[in-house]
Amino acid sequence: MARIVGIVTTRREEVGGGAPILYAEDREQLQKVAHLLEKILDCAAHTINEDLFIIVERK
Amino acid sequence: MMLDWLHSHKELTAVAMGTAFGMVARIAMLRSDYRQYPAYPHGKIIHLALGLIAGALGAVAVPALFNKDYTAITFLSLAAQQFREVRNMERNTLTAVDDLELVPRGAAYIEGIAVVFEGRNYLAIVTALLTSLFAQWIHWWAGLAAGVLSLVFSHLFMRGKKISHIASVEAAPIKLDGPNLYVGDIYMMNVGLDENREIIREQGMGFILTPRSDDARVTIANLGQRQAILHDVSTRLGVYRDDGDPGLLPIAKLGLRTGQLGLLVLPREKDADKAYEAVSGVPLLEAAVRKPTKANRKSLEEAESNG
Repeated sequence: MARIVGIVTTRREEVGGGAPILYAEDREQLQKVAHLLEKILDCAAHTINEDLFIIVERK
Repeated sequence: MMLDWLHSHKELTAVAMGTAFGMVARIAMLRSDYRQYPAYPHGKIIHLALGLIAGALGAVAVPALFNKDYTAITFLSLAAQQFREVRNMERNTLTAVDDLELVPRGAAYIEGIAVVFEGRNYLAIVTALLTSLFAQWIHWWAGLAAGVLSLVFSHLFMRGKKISHIASVEAAPIKLDGPNLYVGDIYMMNVGLDENREIIREQGMGFILTPRSDDARVTIANLGQRQAILHDVSTRLGVYRDDGDPGLLPIAKLGLRTGQLGLLVLPREKDADKAYEAVSGVPLLEAAVRKPTKANRKSLEEAESNG
């Protein structure tokens, strides 16, 4: 099963829970952070909505 | 003069011809094509040596049996043991290497390849056996004819089926609706990064496989068969990705309602014709072929005959 290893968002108030959460100032920065995390963690970045990305690890 | 010699040394002729034809059968079946396997010289040597052994074992059995040396048949079981080893060897090698492929072959494909390697040795042994049998029983020319016939037969027998036999392949446009990626109408995946979307839009190619029968529907739904398609296409056309790019993985998804298979590939060489050829030419895996309609038809007939 896939596992969420990180959350990147521009809206602090919309997220919470067990995975590490990273905040981005705007959507451009959101893309940058998600890109970095994808490369660093070797995991896929998926869009839930324009302001919320999840980084997902698949085995 | 030469012919007289062949007549007077019947056993020797039978063994030599059998061995030669067994070896030729193995060489004819040892092809390195786009699968690039076994392409390296040492891999070939292993199979040629085993082909020679197979040919010799098959050929020697016949004169031994003619001399009422029935224990010679145990040699053949020894050969079978050896060839099962071949299958294990192929499986282990390919499994070990599979982790290092950008697009892995998958266990089903590896199993298929391993079985084929074992099967080819048996065909070599049968060719040798038949050649030797006819050379010993009738004359050297009968052995020659039997050998050539078995070569033709084994060639036909080893030519497996392809995807194009069970499904029609069509190129389909790639659609990106926000993060959602579609090939035709089939939903493939969620692509998060703009960068990856751009690459997929530029480099991606979409195909839709429509099964020709209900049996084919089951076959192309098989995960091993799908992985084999992705691997083969990636081998033939290259793949636009690197390790650590899980967003750029070639992927195959089933349209649940229609039973069609959507394929997204990211070739280095974006050539529609070559890609079409590559998808159509993927071998059908033995592990993936099912025939549910036949079984269902039979059980229906039985039910009817029983009232």
